[in-house]
Amino acid sequence: MNDLVTGRARIDARFEKLQAEGRAALVTYVMSGDPDQETSVEIMAGLPAAGADIIELGMAFTDPMADGPSIQVAGLRALKAGITLEKTMAMAAAFRRHDTETPIVLMGYYNPIHAYGVPAFLATAKTSGIDGLIIVDLPPEEDAELCLPAIEAGLSFIRLATPTTDDARLVKVLQNTSGFVYYVSYTGITGAGSADADTVGKAVSRIRRHTDLPIAVGFGIRTPEQARGIASVADGTVVGSAFIDALRNSLDADGTATATTVSAVLDLTRELAAGVAAGKK
Amino acid sequence: MSKPNSYRTGPDGAGRFGSHGGRFAAETLMPLILELEDAYRAAQADPSFREELDYYLEHYAGRPSPLYFAERLTAHFGGAKIYFKRDELNHTGSHKINNCLGQILLAKRMGKTRIIAETGAGQHGVASATVSALFGLPCTVYMGEVDVERQQPNVFRMKLLGSEVIPVSSGSRTLKDALNEAMRDWVTNVADTFYIIGTVAGPHPYPELVRDFQSVIGDEAKEQILKAEGRLPDTLVACIGGGSNAMGLFHPFLDDESVKIVGVEAAGDGIETGRHAASITGGRPGVLHGNRTYLLQDEDGQITEAHSISAGLDYPGIGPEHAWLHDVGRVEYSSATDADALAAFQLCSKLEGIIPALEPAHALAHVAKIAPDLPKDHIIVMNMCGRGDKDIFTVAEMLGVKI
Repeated sequence: MNDLVTGRARIDARFEKLQAEGRAALVTYVMSGDPDQETSVEIMAGLPAAGADIIELGMAFTDPMADGPSIQVAGLRALKAGITLEKTMAMAAAFRRHDTETPIVLMGYYNPIHAYGVPAFLATAKTSGIDGLIIVDLPPEEDAELCLPAIEAGLSFIRLATPTTDDARLVKVLQNTSGFVYYVSYTGITGAGSADADTVGKAVSRIRRHTDLPIAVGFGIRTPEQARGIASVADGTVVGSAFIDALRNSLDADGTATATTVSAVLDLTRELAAGVAAGKK
Repeated sequence: MSKPNSYRTGPDGAGRFGSHGGRFAAETLMPLILELEDAYRAAQADPSFREELDYYLEHYAGRPSPLYFAERLTAHFGGAKIYFKRDELNHTGSHKINNCLGQILLAKRMGKTRIIAETGAGQHGVASATVSALFGLPCTVYMGEVDVERQQPNVFRMKLLGSEVIPVSSGSRTLKDALNEAMRDWVTNVADTFYIIGTVAGPHPYPELVRDFQSVIGDEAKEQILKAEGRLPDTLVACIGGGSNAMGLFHPFLDDESVKIVGVEAAGDGIETGRHAASITGGRPGVLHGNRTYLLQDEDGQITEAHSISAGLDYPGIGPEHAWLHDVGRVEYSSATDADALAAFQLCSKLEGIIPALEPAHALAHVAKIAPDLPKDHIIVMNMCGRGDKDIFTVAEMLGVKI
């Protein structure tokens, strides 16, 4: 592994490359360990070739307060199958042995990291080739907890900006953000609403007045058409619940992976990647 | 940890009580949480807010609640003098109305037009539904399916009061999951909705404002015991789920060094069985529902399910100020099992003619443990924070009685 291309640098490099190609990033959210670790490893390994530019790896949590039913249940499936934060980071490390370019961003809630211990977590994340963190319940007011130590460790701390984040607050939200800004397209939980490209476009322009960072948009993007719309106004398109639903629909009655589970996720990735490519700016 | 000059100055500007508390909330909610803090500061500075709240506390909720000398229980235990702070006599049958009146007046000041709440035993749900009816605002109450089943009378009450009750089927289907679901509603309807949190937990400023609204319990109790006995009590006892009734009683006494203070958590089947709801006795610090505090969790930081006969104590966390009072050693945290509480429930009914809620029955179980060995001039004030009408079905089932 090239030590120079890690953490923030890998995310920055990816967006520079996409900028040169003139297209937005497809950011895919998959729940680590869902429905089991072997399948999850296989899905992750296949994502880049299927068109994922950045992988968001969900860290399962029993009480995901900002997530809708799809991601809640996915987390519980993963926990039931034995996933832990340690194993999630090991999966990232395994992925990194074959792919040194695709950024991996861990996404989830603070408590599992709190329980692991922040210094130990950052050290393991770093050696596992993890590049950034999105922690839903750590607003700028709590930067001393994890954000500042993560930046110190060379990881990006990617902040969520939402429709309720006004201009005054944007300054605060962007202050310690690096890698990219994640704009949440509507007020609500994951998988519950629908992103509207016009509204999102206006929000993205507003954020752009405050930062040079790439802006990715997530929440409510399920189809290639929506992905195309968002890709034409933002630097990245994040899809989560749609992947989780595709995976869930491929499981058997007991919630076990079938022969179609990996392809269900990767096929959707290809469709969405085509949508994003069509949204070329 | 060094002893502070006062135990009553928290939280700090960041909403911390020592290392506990804080604002661990999603960005969508943050602007509103900050706005709530501003609105609360403005209300505190406005005498008309306090006047209006006092009016409703007196004429609507029925305050002050009496401080009652439980003579027969005192004689039965043969030791300390036992007083009950009778917050179960409040309108709606528990201390929850104190906080709900305060919060709905804040909601009105902020121009919010819709109320949401979570509930465990249904007492906070009923109180929220009540104040929503009083002020003509639509109210949605989230309640775990398990609790809906064991607290049917309160579910029906809430519906009579015009509220919508949404059973929550995720997770352990109890109070913690009702809180998750209320948070999800809030994040979705952030523009018009006020979330009335029922306990001294959640992101800052909730623990502080709920404490302030509940402190009327301790303020009254102090005045009443001075009148009755001419001195401060020796021991305060209250049950703890999230800890709002306890904080309300304790806070005005925190700087009275001679007063020993005991919070009683729910030990369920026994701490050693792992099936309990005692976050301080059996948990460790973590972050959930907007604050850092003691939580029941496994090694990987996954929240584990709480167990208690009492739906109101069936929560895997505790208010952050309690967590801090434990850390600095000002309050002692003990626990009582389901069986202890059930015995106290029956004893109190028979000896005092007061059917307590299962929640304060835990506090009484602790009183039953300590009172016999204390001298006769030792004064205990226990918060009788709720009445037991809602629990008769649960208790009948436990006793093998069909009703």
